[in-house]
Amino acid sequence: MKLDTTGLESLPTLIAPQNDVVGDLSAAPSFDLPNSNDFDGFVKEAIQMVKPAKGTTTLAFIFKEGVMVAADSRASMGGYISSQSVKKIIEINPYMLGTMAGGAADCQFWHRNLGIKCRLHELANKRRISVTGASKLLANILYSYRGMGLSVGTMIAGWDETGPGLYYVDSEGGRLKGTRFSVGSGSPYAYGVLDNGYRYDLSVEEAAELARRAIYHATFRDGASGGVASVYYVGPNGWKKLSGDDVGELHYHYYPVTPSTVEQEMVEATGA
Amino acid sequence: MSSIFEYNGSALVAMVGKNCFAIASDRRLGVQLQTIATDFQRIFKIHHKLFIALSGLATDAQTLYQRLVFRHKLYQLREERDMKPETFASLVSALLYEKRFGPYFCQPVIAGLGDEDKPFICTMDAIGAKELAKDFVVAGTASESLYGACESMFKPDMEPEELFETISQALLASVDRDCLSGWGGHVYVVTPTEVKERILKGRMD
Repeated sequence: MKLDTTGLESLPTLIAPQNDVVGDLSAAPSFDLPNSNDFDGFVKEAIQMVKPAKGTTTLAFIFKEGVMVAADSRASMGGYISSQSVKKIIEINPYMLGTMAGGAADCQFWHRNLGIKCRLHELANKRRISVTGASKLLANILYSYRGMGLSVGTMIAGWDETGPGLYYVDSEGGRLKGTRFSVGSGSPYAYGVLDNGYRYDLSVEEAAELARRAIYHATFRDGASGGVASVYYVGPNGWKKLSGDDVGELHYHYYPVTPSTVEQEMVEATGA
Repeated sequence: MSSIFEYNGSALVAMVGKNCFAIASDRRLGVQLQTIATDFQRIFKIHHKLFIALSGLATDAQTLYQRLVFRHKLYQLREERDMKPETFASLVSALLYEKRFGPYFCQPVIAGLGDEDKPFICTMDAIGAKELAKDFVVAGTASESLYGACESMFKPDMEPEELFETISQALLASVDRDCLSGWGGHVYVVTPTEVKERILKGRMD
């Protein structure tokens, strides 16, 4: 049994090559569904088996010069830290970035899939896809899988003909346009710093520092966030990685330790 | 992560050296994934040559510590001496088993110098099953990582300075693989003549 999502297809299928060797790239991928009487129960169990990369902090905001995107780099399975060097900012094309929160495999696969669709759109229409269009492409695919256990919380940020663009898209089918978003278990902490320091007329340097600080504070408070705070900037000429700072060093950069006298205490032991 | 033992998060380790021992803990107090404090105390001094560290639920750790101090003071008044580590371990075990059907959610680590300054370390489960060891003991949410780190870094008969370095490296390496513990470390190195206490800088994420 295959899930048919061709009805949701936004591209004309006639232009796509229809042979098995190349594969139908423009169609939404379809997957075999489990042959089970208890579909919901099966999906619930399956989710428990493929669940890593839950804790995360990602953020993105629009300001005068473009869009700033930042994220931590930790992947955890329960209490165990499975990696400290995950790339949570996915480069869809030179003008568009996606962020990763929720299931690692789900995010990676569907962003890659979105990248293919965006490139195909570019070839068919001789112009780059808008951020609005790209985010809607992703949202429609995710919506077609709603209730089947996908776990994706993402922001699509980029620069198109209309200027900077930012959308929040999730696997529940939500799609929101906005100027300031944060996604993941550390997002409440990141929002605290972000909302406090945000102004539209921030310079690129100030915006990068705000993004880095927001990620740092989230990694400090949230046990499931940590590793490296990477900051990307998307401007009229595409995206650029501005920094990737180890949070372990960032803490002592923001809060240097002042040597104190009470830190070492020596006590004479009394003979028993 | 739904276990009540993992509610606050902790990492404890004790190691034996040559006529000395070291006991170390992390400094985090959290509520699930949220970090509340980074200066939390889990190692408690009973007397100059006896320490207890309590992993697990923070509120039970503090209550248990208060009861242990109380019982040790009564012992001192009656016996006019400090408790031996072995005796103290039995006391902790008895107090824990008292609550067999509604336990304190703590796994203690006890370390001390006994007769002729012989090092003693032990751990027990939440209802008081003692587990003695000659080399090292671990407890807390990072216990699995700690077993790995200690198993590869521990050497018998280390001098106090090397013991401090070893236990610190083992602790810091272990908590870097655990979401619920870390945010600095606290180490005591105890020799027959002195107690050295040090705060460790660590990753704050």
